[in-house]
Amino acid sequence: MTPEEKTLVEILDEHNPIDLARYINYVTAPQAGAISTFSGTTRDSFEGKTVLELRYEAYKPMAIRCIKSICSSARSSWNLHSIAVAHRLGPVPVGITSVFIAISAVHRVDALDACKFVIDELKASVPIWKKEVYANGEVWKENSEFLERRLELGKKDGVGGGKDVEFEGHHRKGCCGAKVKVNGGGVANISTSHGWSSELE
Amino acid sequence: MEGKIETQTMDAMPEGKEGSSVKIKVLFFARARDLTGLSEMPMEVSSGSSAHDCLNDLVAKFPSLEEIRGCLVLALNEEYTTESAIVGDKDELAIIPPISGG
Repeated sequence: MTPEEKTLVEILDEHNPIDLARYINYVTAPQAGAISTFSGTTRDSFEGKTVLELRYEAYKPMAIRCIKSICSSARSSWNLHSIAVAHRLGPVPVGITSVFIAISAVHRVDALDACKFVIDELKASVPIWKKEVYANGEVWKENSEFLERRLELGKKDGVGGGKDVEFEGHHRKGCCGAKVKVNGGGVANISTSHGWSSELE
Repeated sequence: MEGKIETQTMDAMPEGKEGSSVKIKVLFFARARDLTGLSEMPMEVSSGSSAHDCLNDLVAKFPSLEEIRGCLVLALNEEYTTESAIVGDKDELAIIPPISGG
């Protein structure tokens, strides 16, 4: 990294909204011709049930380490200028951003591909949890990306292993009894890059 | 933690390989916290115990953890670990149920 290339990782305590403009400004640079962003927001329903809010918690110091490791990994795979990743904790109401990624690069292909990589890796390996709250109950969600990666995590290179990480064929349907597995996350996905493509079924 | 092996027996300690023990901190998140009712607790295990041994002790103490045992992962000192890793004194062992960030 040259001195002007920067990485910012923030886990925001509850009731602190994510200031999208701040992170976009952070990665903006004269030499970068592209800025790619991903915003994950609380969706209003899951399998027909009305969702009131999502409640997030994190193993904060480890989550920050994991995200930084993912950012380093992204830099080793693509030519990037700056990276900003923010994740909110606590309750996040419908329509509001819970996770935001902004990446700048000289050329757009690097920024777009790296942005998808970072959100996919974040969902697979960063120790953050969300509970989906309905009018009549709540459930801890499980990312399908994690369940696929679970057996690899304790081994070397389990986290942020680069864009050529291969998933082993453990297509589990979730392993915690009757609990709901999330396909594609409990968030709606707004992205300036690709659509969401992580669904299993 | 090297040094004298005391003659006194430790409470609730299985016989350690070297007769000594290590004290670790266990963290519970999300569903694991709901099941145990605790976000963290201190734990004493025999020297040479693996993360797997610690998990066995925890499931014995909190049988409800059995429900998520097949899908959780462990982290030792803020890094994912295999269950065969040996825990050391003052280590922080985190019980990580399926994550759902993003």
